[in-house]
Amino acid sequence: MILEARGISFRYGKDSRQILDDFSLKIESHERVGIVAPSGFGKTTFCKILAGYESPDRGEVLLDGKRLENYRGYCPVQMIWQHPEQVVNPRLRMREVLKEGDEISEEIVRGLGIEEDWKNRFPAEVSGGEMQRFCIARALGKRTQFLLADEISTMLDLITQSQIWSFLVEEVERREIGLLAVSHSIELLERVCTRVCYLEK
Amino acid sequence: MIQMNGRHKTVLLFLVAIVFLAAVTVCGWGFSEEAMVTDFSRKDISPGMPYLFGTDWLGRDMFLRTLTGLSMSIRIGILAAGVSSILALLLGTLAATMGKAVDGVITWVIDLVMGIPHILLLILISYAFGKGFKGVVVGVALTHWTSLARVIRGEVLQLKEALYIRTAQKLGVGRWEIAWKHMFPHLFPQFLVGLILMFPHAILHEASITFLGFGLPPEQPAIGIILSESMKYLAMGRWWLALFPGLFLVLTVMLFDVAGENLRKLLDPGSAHK
Repeated sequence: MILEARGISFRYGKDSRQILDDFSLKIESHERVGIVAPSGFGKTTFCKILAGYESPDRGEVLLDGKRLENYRGYCPVQMIWQHPEQVVNPRLRMREVLKEGDEISEEIVRGLGIEEDWKNRFPAEVSGGEMQRFCIARALGKRTQFLLADEISTMLDLITQSQIWSFLVEEVERREIGLLAVSHSIELLERVCTRVCYLEK
Repeated sequence: MIQMNGRHKTVLLFLVAIVFLAAVTVCGWGFSEEAMVTDFSRKDISPGMPYLFGTDWLGRDMFLRTLTGLSMSIRIGILAAGVSSILALLLGTLAATMGKAVDGVITWVIDLVMGIPHILLLILISYAFGKGFKGVVVGVALTHWTSLARVIRGEVLQLKEALYIRTAQKLGVGRWEIAWKHMFPHLFPQFLVGLILMFPHAILHEASITFLGFGLPPEQPAIGIILSESMKYLAMGRWWLALFPGLFLVLTVMLFDVAGENLRKLLDPGSAHK
């Protein structure tokens, strides 16, 4: 499958500055693409557009030639956010959070080092790193075709980072899921990705 | 002595308030016949045994009359506040979900109702509906929904944009499941506490318009009637006719407030485990 962003332009509201201007990118299923860009470039915004959270002012997002907003139900492009605490309901136990994903297999849960008793806790009772593992697992549902990882490992220590990334790389390679990774760490992206884009203003 | 932590104390206070209010409501209901009995052989007795709150100029037992009046007030309060809060839930949710035009109209109505002094609007509505039980309930219900509707509107607007709800949509979770699993648990505590904190207002307003003569009919032993009738006798030194019913009205209102505040503490995740 191919995920393609064509001529994307975007800004928040009429009076704010132009964040993205005629930006294009193409990712294939077997690829792992990294994006390095300075702060305020609009990397998160770009991920939000690619995953369908925002619609661009101009341009379009195509998945296999079909516009992304025409996919109903489960969105094949899933995003993992930088701040996991914003994307889990504080009133649901982690078990429920995991259940929202599309049939998350036991291997994924184990591969990410999620322990059984974390599942009974509320989001306020797990650490940021523990919560992020749940969010990664949730995004790896059966019907996921593309994964957008927006600074997903900034809150983790180095050992956990390498654990999670090596699992993630193995998983997306095996299932032929396309990966787009955004990070400040060039070393990390060069290790993880098959292709890295360096963007400057 | 058993050690009590904050949560135990909160639960205890809540339960005491609820049990007291329930007891008053049930007893008052049960004694409504006895409260009407007039007996001139026992008129104008000052408080003591066996007439705790004394008797009035017709020889009616003021204790029973107070209980019956309060029970009436509480029942009217519950009914009116219940209707009012459902109205608030509906309008608040509609305002937040049905687009700009609907939101504009509902917000305008909220401002309109809030802009007119409550008691004035209450009297007008109650009078238009022919006073009595129906007039009071409709009047109180139509004037008390505004602030709760505002809270619910704000809450739903915020929830709609919450990232975890947008994420759930992307994960293919259906509309109703999102409403039930993600929105309802956030709205329900707000709704329940808003409802309970509405009771005291409803009760006080019921008593006020009845006192002013625009509410319940004079033969009903309601707190408002008792207080307005006792006015004539206060100058003659029969202080107990107004003091005890008045005190009990204040006590009831305060207990509803206690119940509501403590319930809020129990349901609010920020203070639930203190």
